[in-house]
Amino acid sequence: MRLLVTGASGMLGRATAEGLLARGDEVTVLQRRPAGLPCREVLGDVADPSVVRRAARGQDAVLHLAAKVDVTGQWTEYAHANIDGTRTVLDACRAEDVGRLVHVSSPSVAHAGTALVGVGAEPADPASARGRYSRSKAVAELDALAADSTSLAVLALRPHLVWGPGDPQLVARIVERARAGRLPVVGSGTALIDTTYVDNAAAALVAAVDACGPVHGEALVVSNGEPRPVAEVLARLCRAAGVPGPRGRVPFGAAYVAGAAMEGIWAVTRRRSVPPLTRFLAEQLATAHWFDQRRTRTALRWRPRVGLDDGFSRLAAWYAAAGPPPRGMVRTSR
Amino acid sequence: MRADSPAALPGLDAAWSRSVTVADSAGVEHCWHVLDNGVADPVGTLLCVHGNPTWSYLWRRLLAAAPPGWRVVAPDQLGMGWSDRLAEPRSLRQRVADLGDLTAALGIPGPVVTVGHDWGGVISLGWALEHREQLRGVVLANTAVAMPEGDSGPALIRLASAPGVRAAVTVGTPVFVRATTALSRPALPADVRRAFAAPYRSAARRRSVGDFVADIPFAPGHPSRPVQEAIAEGIRTLDVPALLLWGPRDPVFGDRYLTDLRSRMPQARLHRYEGASHLLPEDAPRYADAVAQWVADLDAGNDPARARPAPPGTTGRRLWTALQERSDDDTPAVVEVGGATVSWSRLARRVADLAAGLAASGVRPGHRVALLVEPSADLTAAIYAVWRAGAVVVVADKGLGFAGMRRALRSAAVDSVVGSSQGLAAARLMGLPGSRIAAGRPGRAALRALGAAHSLDELEVLGRAAPAPVEPPVDADCAVLFTSGATGPAKGVVYTHRQAAAQLDLVRATYDLTDTDRLVAAFAPFAILGPALGIGSAVPDVDVTAPGSLTAAALADAAAAVDATVVFASPAALRRVAATAPDLSAAQRAALARIRLLMSAGAPVPASLLRSLREVLPAADAHTPYGMTEVLPVTDVSLAEIEAAGDGDGVCVGRPLTGVDVRISPLSPAGTADGPLTDSPRITGEVCVRAAHVKDRYDALWALERSASRNPGWHRTGDVGHLDADGRLWIEGRLQHVVTTASGAVTPVGIEQRVERLPGVSAAAAVGVGPAGAQVVVVVVVRSGGDPAPPRRRRTRPGLADADLADAVRTAAGVDVAAVLVAARLPVDIRHQSKVDRSEVARRAARLLAGARPPAGRS
Repeated sequence: MRLLVTGASGMLGRATAEGLLARGDEVTVLQRRPAGLPCREVLGDVADPSVVRRAARGQDAVLHLAAKVDVTGQWTEYAHANIDGTRTVLDACRAEDVGRLVHVSSPSVAHAGTALVGVGAEPADPASARGRYSRSKAVAELDALAADSTSLAVLALRPHLVWGPGDPQLVARIVERARAGRLPVVGSGTALIDTTYVDNAAAALVAAVDACGPVHGEALVVSNGEPRPVAEVLARLCRAAGVPGPRGRVPFGAAYVAGAAMEGIWAVTRRRSVPPLTRFLAEQLATAHWFDQRRTRTALRWRPRVGLDDGFSRLAAWYAAAGPPPRGMVRTSR
Repeated sequence: MRADSPAALPGLDAAWSRSVTVADSAGVEHCWHVLDNGVADPVGTLLCVHGNPTWSYLWRRLLAAAPPGWRVVAPDQLGMGWSDRLAEPRSLRQRVADLGDLTAALGIPGPVVTVGHDWGGVISLGWALEHREQLRGVVLANTAVAMPEGDSGPALIRLASAPGVRAAVTVGTPVFVRATTALSRPALPADVRRAFAAPYRSAARRRSVGDFVADIPFAPGHPSRPVQEAIAEGIRTLDVPALLLWGPRDPVFGDRYLTDLRSRMPQARLHRYEGASHLLPEDAPRYADAVAQWVADLDAGNDPARARPAPPGTTGRRLWTALQERSDDDTPAVVEVGGATVSWSRLARRVADLAAGLAASGVRPGHRVALLVEPSADLTAAIYAVWRAGAVVVVADKGLGFAGMRRALRSAAVDSVVGSSQGLAAARLMGLPGSRIAAGRPGRAALRALGAAHSLDELEVLGRAAPAPVEPPVDADCAVLFTSGATGPAKGVVYTHRQAAAQLDLVRATYDLTDTDRLVAAFAPFAILGPALGIGSAVPDVDVTAPGSLTAAALADAAAAVDATVVFASPAALRRVAATAPDLSAAQRAALARIRLLMSAGAPVPASLLRSLREVLPAADAHTPYGMTEVLPVTDVSLAEIEAAGDGDGVCVGRPLTGVDVRISPLSPAGTADGPLTDSPRITGEVCVRAAHVKDRYDALWALERSASRNPGWHRTGDVGHLDADGRLWIEGRLQHVVTTASGAVTPVGIEQRVERLPGVSAAAAVGVGPAGAQVVVVVVVRSGGDPAPPRRRRTRPGLADADLADAVRTAAGVDVAAVLVAARLPVDIRHQSKVDRSEVARRAARLLAGARPPAGRS
């Protein structure tokens, strides 16, 4: 199969592209910086129509991961990367007669901040999604699913909290803060959360490429299906990385207020770094969000291969081999 | 569609709405709004009539749940809902005629089941009496056809109809309309309340609401009174099946109206939805499935709930046979340690006299007699006398708490109450109906103050000169008992004499009980069974309703008092006995050394406890019968058999007793048990039992009885378990506690047992959190050896287990465990103080694992 993967320089995009290559697919990747993958590469902005059309030409399917994943920055940046980028990909698919699009989204597009307990993939809702990333991704997912038609099958996948060795996002941030002794438990730490080991998420995306067509026009949440209390997840990540576990507790209300304040300061001062806490993060760390995976597993004919315990072992092995990361390695974009 | 018709409303299918114009008897045309599921060539039709001030919206769930092939028609009465408004009040006679005109216009041939709520009940019955040739059945919910004697109608409705009040409350303002839907328990969602109010937005549209209230014939001279009385009398002649669905919390139609309806339609089946109020179809949405099932059973031509195989022959002994046989025996029949001793001869005489006295004082065969007497010689005598008189004992134990007892006893519709001073005072507070008989020795004044016509002693005297009552037939009811109420309201369970006698025969045979045995009864329900078993019994000097208060010394003293050979106690009592064993004197040890049999029931007894009791009761063979309020015993297991069975998935309760059949109804991945019954080993499902001593039925719970007996002749226990290759039964939990995960159903007990074997864990509960079908397993553990944290920081709320404990629990559990929580203790049921209330554990775990609630007001 001939495929275009956008955003292949991130952890998940890279793992997915590698998975497709490993099974013999003919893969083109598109992102701004070289991903170093052994395949055809188109460099450029995913919101640039000419670049994307060129990359999409002749493809059987497009797997669209490229996005601005962040907690700071201006709305225009999110709108450009996530909304305009997705529209550009949709236009390119239609223009180049690509039959299938797997759009990678996020469970946060349907998360209004209340506890999500064993729910399925509720419709994306830009009005109540929390934060700029989620709101822009909600608009993008609605656009993508609206484009589902007889000539273009669209399937939206929402991997939840993807983590694994080499993850510059979730894992590295947590570990860095824990190492500095600045990782508290927000709230009681008992909220159940789902996470996804990166290999499982990548396998789900590969499975989605195959399922897309017979399955189309819907969103599916992807997770390990092994929810755990958030304090336990943090503790196990830290243990795998060989750093001390979370220390102390911050009441949720206080964390929420602190998050709001930091967002305000970062916005006013236009700082590019990641604030230690945002309201979105406070909610993510204090309220349950885990999902009913039955529809996803049936639709994709996929099941997670790597259990949580196995994943933590692999992470521990990676940290043991890599040694402590240099300071400043943590980056904010894919 | 007309402008004045329902817009999109929750639960309402727009396709059901239709309009029909019908000329009334005066030739005036009216446009009716009707909900109609439009089934062509129906098997039959459900004609659903709403009351005031609702409309056909009330029946939406019945339309949705229509029995296969049945048409459901629910009109809005004229002037009501979305039907035409009327310029004049409409009388009851006219409304009954209107309904007939409508059904004629709609063309409803063939069988009809009428369904009525509130004043729609009377109108539907009026239609029924005028269409007897079509009438197939009658369903009524929270309604009344007559004012019972000495009753001038529901207080709230009387108030609403008072001059000056009615116009303001019912028409001028929407108070009546809104108040009706405010009665709902649990409270109705706002959008449903709005839907009920939608057709009554203006005073002009509410006119008939007021007229309806005015047409209720409270006073004898009311123009609609003759019609109402004709209907009330007429339904006595209806010979069709009837189903009464009742919300006991109704402040409008209280229990007295239900009693009145039952007296007019004795054939009616009843289901009381505990907790439901006046708007029963709203408060108990399950009513729709119950009606559909009942209607489907009409077509099936039989009632599976009643189709039981003929019970096998019993020994023919009655509950009082032993008393008669030993009426010359002066040895102790009942010894209250620290209280009275009653000989067999004295007890036999007293029971005979009391039975005659009860009959002479008006207690009739079939009457229900609530016993609110502490366990005592009086209680024992009263129970046997009530049985001998052909009446039915109603026993609710204190463990239910005042509110639980009140609910239970009111549901049983008792005719008399026998009570101690305390008991009769409680009966008054509970508002129980019926006559009062005082136990104990109250004086005249006290008797009057308690509202009692007689004391037991007076009845005994009265009975000496009165003829002995006729022995009740073996298939007459003898008792209404109540389930523990650990999960929801206690359920009434009815036994007949045949079933109770079969139970006693089985117990005698299983444990080789003869008249050379004597029993210590340290478990409330069994404190009264000695005389029926034909063996002398002693009650220890403790509160038998508080099982944790029995010490080894108290047990030994009771054993010495009757030279006992058998002990019957609950696990909680036995735990305390084992703990207080060091305090025993040599004489007390000698008394306990003569015990040959220890029976323990109420909850699973850990083998470790039975082993530790060997020290206290060295000669006793330890047995644990398994059963429940609805059928006891089902199986029995000895300590030796428990040890031989070893560890397994669940609690081994042994093999079914002689004459008892056990089958399994396999569990589906969704956690339901609907498969055909099987006796194949290693299949997990609901445990089903067939035996001569299974209860006759649940009381006033038709839908539950129908469901529990859906395999004719078999009782579904609600327990989940499996049989092993050697025919032993293993219990894995309660059906309602099965965890429905995405990878299938998971039962709790096996997990709990494996976790409880971990060092440092004294108790565990495995529960499900999350929506049905996608649940995850959560294990809550109690650490042994007390909480290591200093008292100041003692946790009352559960918290996360540390990593080592969590790892150990996950490894032991054998299934994916989302969270391991530690609690200081687990909630247990009130009656036995030993069954973990997993529903409550699950609620607490779910709250904790949902995390924080987000602050209000957000970006």
